Amino acid sequence: MADKSQTCSVWLGSETGILKGVSLSKKRAFNFCDMSSVSRDQEICALTWGDRQESEVLVGCVNGSVKTFSTEKGVFTETRVCGDISQGRFTGIAVTDRSLITCVESGLLKVWTEGSADTVEINVGGEVCRMRQNPSQRHRVATGGKENPLKVWDLERPDKPIFTAKNVANDWLDLRVPVWVRDVAFIPDSDRIVTCTGYHQVRVYDPSTPQRRPVLEAEFGEYPLTTLALPAGHDRVVVGNTHGQIAILDLRKGLVRGCMKGLAGSVRGLQCHPSSPLLASCGLDRFLRIHSLEDRSTVRLAPPILFSALLNVFFFSFLLKLVGSDAAGEVEEVKEEERDEVWDSMETVSEKGEKRTVEEEAEESRETAEKKEEKKKRKKAKK
Amino acid sequence: SKKCKGKKEKKKEKRAEEAEEKGPESESAETSSSTRPALPPTFSLSEIKNKQRRQLMFMKLKQEKRKQKLELRKKRRKEREALGDKAPPKEVPKTIENQRVYDETTVDPEDEEVAYDEGTDEFSAYFNKLINPKVLITTSDRPRGRTVRFCEQLATVIPNAHVYYRRGLALKRVIPQCISRDFTYLMVINEDRKVPNGMILCHLPDGPTAHFKVSSVRLRKEMKRRGKDPTEHYPEVILNNFTTRLGHSIGRLFAALFPHDPQFQGRQVATFHNQRDFIFFRFHRYIFRNEKKVGIQELGPRFTLKLRSLQKGTFDSKFGEYEWVHKRHEMDSNRRKFHL
Repeated sequence: MADKSQTCSVWLGSETGILKGVSLSKKRAFNFCDMSSVSRDQEICALTWGDRQESEVLVGCVNGSVKTFSTEKGVFTETRVCGDISQGRFTGIAVTDRSLITCVESGLLKVWTEGSADTVEINVGGEVCRMRQNPSQRHRVATGGKENPLKVWDLERPDKPIFTAKNVANDWLDLRVPVWVRDVAFIPDSDRIVTCTGYHQVRVYDPSTPQRRPVLEAEFGEYPLTTLALPAGHDRVVVGNTHGQIAILDLRKGLVRGCMKGLAGSVRGLQCHPSSPLLASCGLDRFLRIHSLEDRSTVRLAPPILFSALLNVFFFSFLLKLVGSDAAGEVEEVKEEERDEVWDSMETVSEKGEKRTVEEEAEESRETAEKKEEKKKRKKAKK
Repeated sequence: SKKCKGKKEKKKEKRAEEAEEKGPESESAETSSSTRPALPPTFSLSEIKNKQRRQLMFMKLKQEKRKQKLELRKKRRKEREALGDKAPPKEVPKTIENQRVYDETTVDPEDEEVAYDEGTDEFSAYFNKLINPKVLITTSDRPRGRTVRFCEQLATVIPNAHVYYRRGLALKRVIPQCISRDFTYLMVINEDRKVPNGMILCHLPDGPTAHFKVSSVRLRKEMKRRGKDPTEHYPEVILNNFTTRLGHSIGRLFAALFPHDPQFQGRQVATFHNQRDFIFFRFHRYIFRNEKKVGIQELGPRFTLKLRSLQKGTFDSKFGEYEWVHKRHEMDSNRRKFHL
């Protein structure tokens, strides 16, 4: 079990409560499930990394329990009850230094500190669809839902949100535009936030400006957008909708750059690899697909892997072996280096329309910079 | 020139042309050909401008080919008989079903996860005989005679089915009322130009909704050699060829329309046969004449269905989440790939 879990680079949660790990290098999927519980109320609705080294996975289930799964040992180590079914499903789980942040559909956001029984509770409004943590400032959290506009909360000052978005002006019939925020993401290296709505709009907000209305608004398709992912580089966003259409939108002007083919069911999870131009998607059609962002094809080295249960949530931890085969030039040296490193990557947790938490690691950028410097040094040494 | 020749000359010309293509050896056999002008070997029948002559030449060509084919077949049969037991096995002709691209989602009968999934999904209640189905059949607004008769006939085929007029009601308002009256299925037959062309099958307490395209509807009076009207007995259900995971879901959707205890005394059977992603519905009455022979009579309407989309949750085409959507340009590009 342990060796299986160590090779898994993609983790998925299914509707039946089974955590699945996929090893892309071996192109196989493994099931990890808690012995006692294989039932529909253990349905996984949220996944996140337990720590920065990506050795633990926190799994949030419909019945309100959060389980910890250790990737090194390959077993579920702990279970905590963080709520119950009456409050709704988890729409997001996040981890700060010593505490666990959970948010449920009814709007109750709780911060559970380790060691003490106190919890900080915030009511973020009703009918929350998503809660996400800012990867660079981990005490900041954004929430949004149906008729619940985007709010950014600072957990150190839980009384009022730091930023509440204002609804867009009335449309051309002078009717109020309804609000339904389905997914939120923080754009790295800036203060801006991207949201996608159930009314097929993608909006960018900038809290640093005094304007509370969206800075940019774009539309795609005719169906509700369920998930969002941010590829590396700061000008694009990938969105998926309930019809299985995945599109790459440009955030500079709000135009559609292209669409991905292949998905037949509603997109439940989208995640971009932090360094290589790969995008993974999972959905209700029970497949995990890896797409290439450059030419929008489905990358052949990872054909769609089938799962027999509906996929709710998933996230990545890419091992570099996958990426190493794409790298060109200085093959031997680069490969050796890369094999030694493990890349952290983002997680996306997509569930039946519920929460997703994305964590991006800043370490990677540091590592790439270091690698480049080393390469340059070696080149100079050769000369 | 070629155009001035008569029929017999044309035939000779044809022979000459063939002779020339065969090679110089055959020329000696037909001396007349040496006097004819040599036809260019790139001569093709379509270059003859005269329709009558062209047709004649073509007919001759076809007859020649047929003769050759028959000779070849006879030769092969003789060889096969001569070899007897040592003959190589007969080759199976390629059909589209034979050449079907292996679908990864084909369900392995021993897959535990699928078994667990099916054991706990929305239909498990029927297969455990806990709930009996109750079906509401309705149409789109203002149905025409054919659709109305189709609905009535469907109501005789499906036990415990009730037909209601639509009268312009919105489906999203109909659904909560159905749920409160304990209906388990809502079937809406859509009509276009006086002919039924679509069906929405919605499993009621928040179950999946399937949208089908209906074609080839034959009502009872259009059936040849049909039997008497179906009785009130619960029919047996046959589901053929639903192999993939999606096929399994749809198969269960159909199976849950009928009560799970068939009355064999009624000798009626409803068949849903899936072939090449088309589902053929037939309703028969059978009788066993002896152990080996069965007689069947077709009763009831017949129609074909093609799945367009399967949606999780009850009917909500705008905001619902789709489990499977038929995308023509992506899925229909390969003739040998099927999804059900």
